[in-house]
Amino acid sequence: MAGEKTKTATREDDGTTLPGTAGLPRGGPIARHADSEAPVPRVTVNKAYKMYVGGAFVRSESGRYFQVRGSAVGHDPDPPTVNVPRASRKDVRDAVLVAHNAKVGWAARTPFNRGQILYRLAEVLESRSSELEASLVRGGTDGDEAAAEVDAAIDRAVFYAGMADKVSALVATHNPVSGPHFGFSIPEPMGVIGVIAPEKPTLLGLLSTVLPVVTTGNTAVALASELDPRTAILFCECLATSDFPGGVINVLTGHPFEVAPIMAKHREVTGIDAWLSDAELRTQVERLSADSVKRTKTHAPRDLEFWLGERQGQGIGWVEPFLETKTVWHPVGL
Amino acid sequence: MEQHENGNGHIAPHGFTTTASRGARMPLFSPPAVNAVAVEERAASLAKRSIKKGAKVAGLKLAISMMDLTTLEGKDTAGKVRQMCRKAVTPMDSDPTLPSCAAVCVYPNFVTIAKAALEGSAVKVASVATAFPSGQSPLPVKLDDVRRAVEFGADEIDMVIDRGAMLSGDYAKVFDEIAATKEACGPAHLKVILETGELGSYDVVRKASDLAIAAGADFIKTSTGKIQPAATPPVTLVMLEAIRDHFYQTGVRIGMKPAGGVRTAKQALHYLVIVKETLGDAWLTPDLFRFGASALLNDVLMQLEKERTGNYQASEDFSKD
Amino acid sequence: MTDPDRTADRPSADLVKRETAVEKARQKTAALALEFGKAWEYAPAPETPDHIKLEERYQLFIGGKWMPPKSGKYFDTVSPSTEQTLAQVAEGNAEDVDRAVKAARHAYDKYWGKMRGAERAKYVFRIARALQEKARELAIVETMDGGKPIKESRDVDIPLASAHFFYNAGWADKLDYAFHGRKVRPLGVAGQVIPWNFPLLMAAWKIAPAIACGNTVVLKPAETTPLTALLLAQIIEEAELPPGVVNIVTGAGETGAALVAHPDVNKVAFTGSTDVGKKIQRALAGSGKRLTLELGGKAANIVFADAPLDQAVEGIVGGIYFNQGHVCCAGSRLLVEESVHDILVRKLKDRMATLRLGDPLDKNTDVGAINSRAQLERIKELVLSGEREGAERFSAPCELPGKGFWFPPTFFTNASQSCRIAREEIFGPVLTIMTFRTPDEAIEKANNTMYGLSAGIWTDKGSKIFHVATRLQAGVIWANTYNKFDPSSPFGGYKESGFGREGGRQGLAAYLEVQ
Repeated sequence: MAGEKTKTATREDDGTTLPGTAGLPRGGPIARHADSEAPVPRVTVNKAYKMYVGGAFVRSESGRYFQVRGSAVGHDPDPPTVNVPRASRKDVRDAVLVAHNAKVGWAARTPFNRGQILYRLAEVLESRSSELEASLVRGGTDGDEAAAEVDAAIDRAVFYAGMADKVSALVATHNPVSGPHFGFSIPEPMGVIGVIAPEKPTLLGLLSTVLPVVTTGNTAVALASELDPRTAILFCECLATSDFPGGVINVLTGHPFEVAPIMAKHREVTGIDAWLSDAELRTQVERLSADSVKRTKTHAPRDLEFWLGERQGQGIGWVEPFLETKTVWHPVGL
Repeated sequence: MEQHENGNGHIAPHGFTTTASRGARMPLFSPPAVNAVAVEERAASLAKRSIKKGAKVAGLKLAISMMDLTTLEGKDTAGKVRQMCRKAVTPMDSDPTLPSCAAVCVYPNFVTIAKAALEGSAVKVASVATAFPSGQSPLPVKLDDVRRAVEFGADEIDMVIDRGAMLSGDYAKVFDEIAATKEACGPAHLKVILETGELGSYDVVRKASDLAIAAGADFIKTSTGKIQPAATPPVTLVMLEAIRDHFYQTGVRIGMKPAGGVRTAKQALHYLVIVKETLGDAWLTPDLFRFGASALLNDVLMQLEKERTGNYQASEDFSKD
Repeated sequence: MTDPDRTADRPSADLVKRETAVEKARQKTAALALEFGKAWEYAPAPETPDHIKLEERYQLFIGGKWMPPKSGKYFDTVSPSTEQTLAQVAEGNAEDVDRAVKAARHAYDKYWGKMRGAERAKYVFRIARALQEKARELAIVETMDGGKPIKESRDVDIPLASAHFFYNAGWADKLDYAFHGRKVRPLGVAGQVIPWNFPLLMAAWKIAPAIACGNTVVLKPAETTPLTALLLAQIIEEAELPPGVVNIVTGAGETGAALVAHPDVNKVAFTGSTDVGKKIQRALAGSGKRLTLELGGKAANIVFADAPLDQAVEGIVGGIYFNQGHVCCAGSRLLVEESVHDILVRKLKDRMATLRLGDPLDKNTDVGAINSRAQLERIKELVLSGEREGAERFSAPCELPGKGFWFPPTFFTNASQSCRIAREEIFGPVLTIMTFRTPDEAIEKANNTMYGLSAGIWTDKGSKIFHVATRLQAGVIWANTYNKFDPSSPFGGYKESGFGREGGRQGLAAYLEVQ
């Protein structure tokens, strides 16, 4: 039986690394064919990377993909070239639809409940921090920066977890109108928000743009950084194992120049937060947004310092652009 | 049971019937609520109508013809009542084109005197009754009060409702007392005083209005004049809305009488505007709208003289009866 | 309790008899109508315009001076109720806009951007006071130029315009507290384009927060109603504001387009149609200019069966016939619970019979003139479409004057969600009435529009108000009231009704960089 004559495989065993086998860093037992004397390294199971839509991991309906390569630094169980779904027009449509369907239920949850769900996400992220860090490194992020980024990402989730039930206190008003009426203005979520996450930082950028949107009751369709979609998908696995209802955060992988204009044209998308390095693309997204009077914010890339900073990279200012103000009047009388 | 004169015996507002057991079904009674701020806003907006020149003169003359000239004091005497009656018939000697007032309103003790003083005129005698102004006497006493006043010659009876019963939710009692009073009135017209100043909210005013109408009121009236606030434009508007709904349901026109607190010509015109724009032309008659007032008449006369002469008047130019 | 009607074994024949009687009574009473005739007619009560001295020709107000337009062209501003020309107004072109923006930039750099908030505040307070002092004159001119009843310009437009300056003046030295201690700074030069429905009030909504926050302004009033903005310029001149802080450039659409496109404008604020709003948003793409839009609406006014109906009728009338329905937040769709539809329509008809249409300067006029011939044509076209689509039209029995632009207060029953009159903004005194059965259906229908500016809820049940209010996609919800405005109360839309808020602390954000 296998394991009978188990022996640790090393590169030295046969002088080469067999393609498709677990390499040295993990070590571990190597299977041996029952009828063979020669040790065979264990063939690893490659992960098929999929987008996260409606709480499920899906391929692109188009069947298209793009390829990313590992950085050759650090541990990477994946092959050197990995195929990632390249989101199409219809993928955007499908994601917006599930986000649209999820918005009523998500917005109707109590802010306290949403806060707890975001906090659960932070817990899950913390428990998988080393994996996230490793993923960032293999995606090309410098080791020290990766550690800092993961820490900041977890803390950011905690920040927005606590934001959910504070937003009203920070932005709502009682309006002292001149007359026998009681008036107040409260923040309300807008609906489905499209997010084009910044290229870098790949994990913190996605988290920092998506969480302020959803903490107030919006749902999001986000396009992950095309530089490192695998970390984004790992983040989605954290989402999937946290308590987030399906459809609240949807993450597509693909190219901003393809996805951003489609989001901008989609009439069910109420707002867009787009971090785009290409100025022309930013202009295009803004122009296309006009058709449905979208609340669109575009931004040029910022450095890591900006994203890591507690004053700049997070705050009520990230939440407000994707809130509506609802003013209510009622007479005061017997 | 016999159908009430105002025709609402069978189908009354809001679908409750008043056939077999009189007020027994009152616990089911739920008239519409009133949005206080909106009512006050509407009443105030009608005060902004600008009534000038011919419209003003016509309106003021109409107001005189709708007045129940009133004295309801412990110190009332035959002399006082006779003087008031003369003023009611001829408000101002110098202007014979002026109409007479609609009625004088007195305590039962002065009905006979007023009747005699008004003989030959069209001015009616209204008498308060039913242990006015509080109504806090046993029903037989109140009904006796009514019957005597009618016997003395009163054309109209101004009764008070039992506000205590109203506020404690004993609508059946309120209803039955009104219905009994209506019977006791015989041929005399019945005005039902709600004393709105004691009812606390427009909702209760509306409720009392519907109840009084259902129980047989010919007129509903705001106040005794003994409680503040008395008549106000919004309270009047709420009562007019009850009258309107009754008209929509039955085609029967109930009258309205704001009383107490109407002192100036400007106020009177404001009330007329409210009536005109709430119930329309048909109610612009003393048969369906009255003012319960004492000081109002002289201010109206002053304004009429001002319109006639173009000069502002001095109060001493007008007789104080 | 013994209730003979409720006895189970009551013979059914009696029940039938009773129902027949009820039905007979219903038919009889349904025909009863109140009469609102000539029993007591109000005499004309016109506000006299005798003491109003309009200039024959108004120039542009740029850099604190009255300047002729570069084009040398002027256009007439006409009274829509008489079709008489009131004055000639300069037609500003791109060059004039450029001069105005330069003047505003200069004023921003030299005085206004640097001035202490407390000092700025006093200038803004001065404007508020002067508006009160000249209230009567402004009301008359507003009514002459725009056709709205003097009652409304006197009681709503002018006092509210003044209130906006008062309110925002007080913010000028408190901006550091407005956003939880976050640092704020003004944006620079604001280009503002306003509509013709509330000419002075819209100017106030735009100018007051902008200058209180330390910006300078170039304002383009609507082509058909420029006069009160020009009178406001005179007030600003008399208030001795530093030259160039407020500039008024009159003209038509092209003037406005030149203003929003000017490269040295930092902020654009527009109130008007959704079509033009979209064009502006498109034009500004990539410019980095800040933008706020207050656009169209098709508000649902929802009446539940438990509402105080008589007051709801007032809210319906005020919601759609106020300012001839030229109101972006007008309650133009009435959603009424089916069980009270008939009685509500009956009450509404009787109420409409008392509406007085005519000379806008008459203090008793409730419904004035349609603002322009073009707007009148649009209203007529949509009303015709309603008739063609099979909805049933009722128009108030008003006599229309021979001269001027008029349309009687009108409503449609038997309309459905798919009718044009139920979907498109008519911007006139035309109400579309539809029914619903359950609260969910009311909410669904109310939200079934691309607009989301305002909505009304009429019910006596408090919990229902909150339930419905939280589900309506609209920026302003009036519960048991309608068309109420206040400078302290943020106003603005969801969806294609625009973005950004005007009024309140929230309104300041449109004119500040909040860090």
